[in-house]
Amino acid sequence: MAALPLEQALVLAALLFALGLAGVLVRRNVLYMLMSIEIMLNATALAFVAAGARWAQPDGQVMFVFVLALAAAEVAVGLALLLLLYRRFGTLDADALSELRG
Amino acid sequence: MEFAFYVAAAVALAATVMVVTRLDAVHALLYLVVSLLAIALVLYTLGAPFAAALEVILYAGAIVVLFVFVVMMLNLGRVALAQERRWLAPRTWIGPGLLALVLLVELLAVLGPTPPVQPGAISAQAVGAALFGRYLLGVEIASMLLLAGLVGACHLGRRTTEGT
Repeated sequence: MAALPLEQALVLAALLFALGLAGVLVRRNVLYMLMSIEIMLNATALAFVAAGARWAQPDGQVMFVFVLALAAAEVAVGLALLLLLYRRFGTLDADALSELRG
Repeated sequence: MEFAFYVAAAVALAATVMVVTRLDAVHALLYLVVSLLAIALVLYTLGAPFAAALEVILYAGAIVVLFVFVVMMLNLGRVALAQERRWLAPRTWIGPGLLALVLLVELLAVLGPTPPVQPGAISAQAVGAALFGRYLLGVEIASMLLLAGLVGACHLGRRTTEGT
């Protein structure tokens, strides 16, 4: 097995993270923003695994499992909030949430 | 192995671009599945077969299915598609897109040359031993987090009468 440079895995993680960040910034639909957050969490998990592989330690994959649990909890609460938002406002527009201002 | 890494990385990047730019939610979800499967292959080439399996089962399996259920419940039609097209005008995305690009270039500039990844896979056994050894407290906290997420989603998702 040829050795991969760690740098390239980190570059891939950075590119995926930037794409997710652009998605959160660009899209106004809350559903797409949640998907982009998933992409960003996935990119950070990839960086953890790459770093774990660099030192041949299992700790990177342990952090991957934690990020996975975090993503699952986040998406469950996020999608429940999204359904609530859609039921109450009839739209998925993130700007509609400005009505929550006190 | 190196070749597989580059191909999977290219597929992951292309699919992720499609996720961010699609107008139809179901199309975006399909590209998201492709992206997650490609990242699972990347994890495998990095010598993390356990993480790759978890990625397929939990991300591509569970989380995307959750998204699909929500898209089904929302029942978005042609009106939503037209609205999405209006929202995604170049005027709205060019500014944030450029700012994200600047941050990316900065991040890539910071990454210096690094030593190569050590060959050889880390077995699921080693990960499990670490998970239930040194990181036992973290596992307990993660279980509490999942419980809190479950209770929160259950509370938010229940149908309430209007005005409450």
